[in-house]
This record gives sequence, C-alpha cells and structure tokens, in this order.
Amino acid sequence: MTFAGWLTIVLFAVILTALALPLGSYMAKVYTGKRVFLSPVFGVPERFLYRLLRVDPERGQDWKSYAKSLIIFSLAGWLVLYAILRTQDAFFVPHALNPLGYHSPPWNVSFNIASSFMTNTNWQFYSGETTMSYLTQMIGLTVQNWLSAGVGIVVAVALVRGIIGRSGKSIGNFWQDLIRTILYVLAPLSVITAIVLASQGVIANFTTYLTVHTITGLTQSIAMGPVASQHSIMLLGTNGGGFFNTNSAHPFENPSQFTNFFEMLMVLIIPAALVFFYGRMTGNRRQGYAIYATMMVMFLGAVVVAYIAEAHGSPAQHAAGLHTGVINGSTGGNMEGKEQRFGIAGSALFDVITTVTSCGAVNSAIESFTGIGGAVPFANLSASEVIFGGVGTGLYSILLYVLLAVFIGGLMVGRTPEWLGKKLEAREIKLAGLGILITPLAALFCTALAVASKAGRASISEVATSAGKLGIHTPQAFSESFYAYLSQANNNGSAFAGYTGFIQPNAGSLGSHGISFADLLGGFDMLLARYAPILFALAVAGALAGKRVTPAGLGTMRTDNGTFVVLLIGVIILVGALTFFPALLLGPIVQGLTGHLY
Amino acid sequence: MKNNIVTSIIGIVVFTVLLGIVYPLAITGVSQVAFPGDSNGQQIHLDGKLVGSKLIGQNFGTPVLEKNGKVKEVKGAVVTEPDSRYFQSRPSATEGGADNAAASTFSNHGPNSVKTKEADEENIKAYLELNMNPTTKSEYDPGLTVAKIPVDAVNSSASGLDPEISPANAWIQAHRIAAVRRLSLATVDGLIAKYTSGRGLGFSGEEGVNVLELNLALDRLTGGAG
Repeated sequence: MTFAGWLTIVLFAVILTALALPLGSYMAKVYTGKRVFLSPVFGVPERFLYRLLRVDPERGQDWKSYAKSLIIFSLAGWLVLYAILRTQDAFFVPHALNPLGYHSPPWNVSFNIASSFMTNTNWQFYSGETTMSYLTQMIGLTVQNWLSAGVGIVVAVALVRGIIGRSGKSIGNFWQDLIRTILYVLAPLSVITAIVLASQGVIANFTTYLTVHTITGLTQSIAMGPVASQHSIMLLGTNGGGFFNTNSAHPFENPSQFTNFFEMLMVLIIPAALVFFYGRMTGNRRQGYAIYATMMVMFLGAVVVAYIAEAHGSPAQHAAGLHTGVINGSTGGNMEGKEQRFGIAGSALFDVITTVTSCGAVNSAIESFTGIGGAVPFANLSASEVIFGGVGTGLYSILLYVLLAVFIGGLMVGRTPEWLGKKLEAREIKLAGLGILITPLAALFCTALAVASKAGRASISEVATSAGKLGIHTPQAFSESFYAYLSQANNNGSAFAGYTGFIQPNAGSLGSHGISFADLLGGFDMLLARYAPILFALAVAGALAGKRVTPAGLGTMRTDNGTFVVLLIGVIILVGALTFFPALLLGPIVQGLTGHLY
Repeated sequence: MKNNIVTSIIGIVVFTVLLGIVYPLAITGVSQVAFPGDSNGQQIHLDGKLVGSKLIGQNFGTPVLEKNGKVKEVKGAVVTEPDSRYFQSRPSATEGGADNAAASTFSNHGPNSVKTKEADEENIKAYLELNMNPTTKSEYDPGLTVAKIPVDAVNSSASGLDPEISPANAWIQAHRIAAVRRLSLATVDGLIAKYTSGRGLGFSGEEGVNVLELNLALDRLTGGAG
C-alpha cells in the first residue's frame, strides 16, 4: 500500500461528491419541468420527438400504464437487437462496417446478449473484437447502452414521484421521462466525456485491424473500431459491456493513469447525483444526505478491504517465492490480471466501483483477485446493488430498503411506520419485500441449477488439478458459477471471466458455439431480476402516490439523521448476509482464509 | 396497448438512428479531425513502416527455428524466445502468441490455484535465465534473486497487451541491455526515465515504462539492434 494509493481513494470520494451535488440539483429541475441552461438547445428537439413518437407529454400515467409502456418499449428493443445480432453477416451490411467478415453469433449466445444489453447487465458470453462488427457495436449495442440506462433512471424518477406525490395516481409520463433523460442528462455527459477520452487515446475510427511488423520480426494484428462513443455511454449508463474482450483493461478503452481516474468518476457520477436528486425532490435535502452517507460508508469499507487484500498478494505468488511488498520502483501486491498503469489501488478502487454499481466494466481480472479481494465484489453484489447501484436501479432499490428500514424501525418503537408523512401499510411492505427478495432468489436458484447439473458445470474453467476431475470440487470453480448468476441477477455483468470464456473466444466465427444451458439460464436470470423489481418498484410508487400526507408528529421516526443511517446499513447487511453468507463461505471466503493451493 | 406498440416501434427506429448512427459518427468524426493521432491508436512508424502502437504492448521475441530452418509453430502461433537486446514486456495470456492485439484476454488464473503458482514459477525461471550472462553464468544485475523480481515481471497483465513495465523491472533489465549493447548503465537508466509515464494528476495509478518507445530509442542510439 502506498500514500498515493490512499490519496487516490480519498480524493475520489471528495471529487465525486463535489460533482454529484450540482448534477443532482440539475436533474431535479429537469424532471420537474423547470428551465435549465440546456433548455434553449434541447427544447425544440424535445418537442419534435414528442410529435414524432406521437406522445402527449402532459398526460400523466398511473403505475400500471407507466409499466406497460416500459415493458413494451423494452420488448421492442430486445427484438430489434436480437435481429441485428442474427443478421450481422447479411448481404446488406457494408463490408467497411464488418471489415473482418464476422458471422452472426449463434441463437443461444444472441439470446443471452440481447437480454444482457437490454437489461443494462452487459454480461458478455462473447469477446467484442473477435465477434462483433462495427455496425453491430453501433446500432445494436451502443443504442441499448443508452436506452437501458434511460429506462433504469426513469423508474427511479417515477418511484420518487410516487413517494412525494400529494394527490392522484399519476407517477409521470414514461415517454417524457425517457426523452428528457436521454437529451438532458445522458447526451451532454456522453458527448463531453467521449471527446475527452478520445483526446487521451481511446480510439475512434472505422479502419480495419492494423497489421504491425515489429522490430524483432514478428507480426501483430491490432483491433480497431469506433470505441470512444460506445465506451463513454457504457460507463455513464453503468452498462459495462466493453468494446473489447478485456473491457476497461484494454489500453484502447483506458489508456492512461488519468483516464482510469476519469472513468471511475464517470461510472459513479449519475448514481451519486440521483441520491441528491432524491433529497431535492422530497424538499428536504437531508433525506438525500442520509442515503448518500449510508452508501459512502459501505463503499469506502469495501474499498479499504479490497485494497489491503490485493496489496498483500496471493497464496500462489507467495508459494512461487515472490516478494509482494512495496519496493523502490514497484508497488508489489497481486499483479496477476492487473495493468501496470493502474497499479493495485487503481485496480481495487475500480473493481469496487464497478461492482457496487451495476456497471460491471472491469480494468482488472476479478477472477485473479485474492480470496478476500474477490469476496468484496461478491459482497457488493450480495447487497443487491444499493451502494450507489446502477443508474436509477440503485436509487429505486435502496428506497425499497428505506421503506423496509422504516417499517422495522416502526415495529421496534411500536408505532405505525411513517415515511415522509405517509403511513406505510401492508401493501407497500409486501411489495417492497418482494422487490428486494426476487434478485437474491434468482441468483441462488440459478447457481444451484448450474452447479448441480452436468450441463451447468460444463462452463467452469477452473478445473481442479489436485481434487479430482470435476471442476466443482474447488472453491474457485464454485465462485465462478456463483458469481456468474449473481452478477447477471444484479444486472452487473462483471465476471469471474473464466466461466465459459474458454469455450468461445470466437463466438461470432464460423463453427463456434455457445453453451446453451449457461446462455439461456443467464438470460432468464437477467430478465427476471431486472423486470420483476422494476414492476414492484413502480407498484410501490402507485401505492404511495395516492396517500394523504400528515405532518410529522413527535412520535415520527426521522429518516434524515445518523440513527437512521445506522439502521439502514444494518438492514442492508442483515438481508444480504442472511441470504448469501452460506454461499459466500463455500467460495471466496474459504480461499481468503487459507493459503492452500487447489 | 396499440399506442404503446406504435410509439415503441417509432421510438426504437428514431433512437437507433440518433444514438446508433448519428452519435457514433459525430464523435468519431470530431475525434478524427481534432485528435488524429489518438483516435487512430497512437501509431508509431519507422522508415514509413508501421512498427506498433504506443498504447499496445508487444512481444519482443524472435521466432524459434526448427532444425530444418522453418519457424516453429504451436497451434498456429509462432513460438518465440525473448530477444535479450530488447526490454521485454510483461507476461501475456492472449491466445495465438503473446500480446495478440486482435484478441485481448485475461489469464483468469485464480489466487489459490496450482496453475497460477506453476505459471509464476515458469515466468520467474525465464526471467532469471534472460537476465543471466550466458558465458559467465552470473546475473547481469548483481544480487538478483527470486525475491527481488518485481511482481509485474511475473504476473500476466489484465489485457494481455500492457504496454508498460514497472520502473523496478526496467532497472533490472537495464543491466542486461547495457552489457549486451555495450552502453553505460547510466545511459540506459536515462532512457528509462525519459519513457516513464508519471501518475495521472500527480496521484492516480502507478509509474510505468513504455517498452516499445524505450526499445525504439535504444535502436536509434546504437544504430540498430547491434
């Protein structure tokens, strides 16, 4: 560990907060229809889009109508993406946009990819530069990077409207929210950051792969493509599906020490701003600060553990005789699957950022993290993406936890639970409970199927060398499987990338194939764990929207002070630990507690 | 229901045009005009020929020849041995040979895996061998032992294309380069300092030495690989 490493972590938290505060206020203006400085730019396109899409933005929707629009729009997006994937090698695709002539991914992989990008997961059972044409990356994957992010954000906005709604049933208009999100929030950020990244070495071109003749007489082929445009929205929208196989570890996606810091800010800026947005919307900014404090405490805790664990080094390194301490000119630590320019701190911090949010972009190999270092992303995912979380998903997920915490707090003091002046009743608690439990259920159910069946175990790469033939005998093999379905259920998309990775580095090439079991189970996992919680969140919004507000009395439990922060952290950890602890013990924790090699 | 379907279909088409065609073309166009070097991968040319990208790591090895003079290949990949006249990049797990920039990949070696330990041991052995004078059988860098090898020289990089090595790794290799190329150690260390990238904003990340730039500078200095 180094001073610069710790400084990076501290400065990151400070700069993030400083940037997220104004963005949160800005978003509160956007979603309440107030004039913002970009209104002169986007006012006309906004109205034009309403007319083009035949939408009446003034017509409020109740939660069912809002949900219906959302589901139908998502389904349409899924079908179009699937069609684009399956016609990648069709006659109408210009050669310049598929320079290597890649074939379409097979049906099973395509099913997984379409589900993955539509649900903001961006789990990748394929490798970008050996599978996807430039055209598919642009019109297929980039578009869903935008839309899935937009859909996530509007659900959070709708839930907040329901929570603060004073009368009636309307929780807003889905189309208006989506168009405003894209124009006023995502577009300006995405354009600016894409240009910044391109100026630092993230490539942006349509040339075919380069052929290099090296000075030692070898040839090297270098993948090219329109990376900057896709990379910026993939980070901002907490999507995480890299243009290249190694994602943000690839020098063309993350070229320097500076871009690494910049990209980490890009991932967290919107999720963090949404928390302040919530505070603004409730009319009491302290409500937002309380949630922000909850998230920040858990976030920093995770970073500290990951940094210490990775700086310590791995049992395999020590067994090989390596010295993993800091020496002059090298910071040591577990550098397996890490890039020199990011170092240990820059990799550990990125890893935590990408797993507390539903981003899943990685700048280092999570599979190669030490046992405890690898347990951190597991723990983050087990908290169901409420520590900042994905764009929108993080806020609506933690608000369900807030509801639960208020309820539990109310029970403890023996009063009817109240939240922001509204009485919480059986219906909301049931809906919130279901919304919270569905993701862990999907993750554990799919993992159980995957490790208990031969077809599921076929995806495991970490095959035991000392403990029998079946891969499942090693903790690492279990971790791979568990992480795959946990990550997909949380719509994260990061991976213990050995899982199935070994079988289809060439998913789009002739004769390649996916493992149907993993493709389909993963797709199901992502779809269920994305849309069920969205429906429950919207239903909660609907249930709260019509409730009368009563002024807070003496007996009202406050939700904007330190006591509540502690209660909320307790509830999140309790739910996560009770659900996942036994499974975590079998994988990463076992490895973290032993120096034994398998 | 019907309204939703119509709006959804129009919406997908409109957004695909705006976000999938106009947006990438605009960003790529602006980047090509404003930052032609960066947006095309920071290519390095030597005598008009493309010799690499500053950002992409390379394998500075030479092909191993079979007895019949043919280039040795395993599974279509050329087998190489490190060229001792050049600084060597970090280990890479890409298929089809090290530093295959058409198919980046992690090693995915687990922390408690025997495979990882074996790979580490193999890389340690190769590193010690490379930095040993074959005639005197002594290390170029006196006192080089397993415990002194920096981790980045042994552990494979994330992308498999890491363009940089740690300064410590470069300083050890500098002893070999200086001896093989008949340069003073100070000269080589000076070049290392010149091609070391600093921390971002003064604190982010780690210093790294760009191997390709360093090797090209060496060639310029000695008029070839000499």
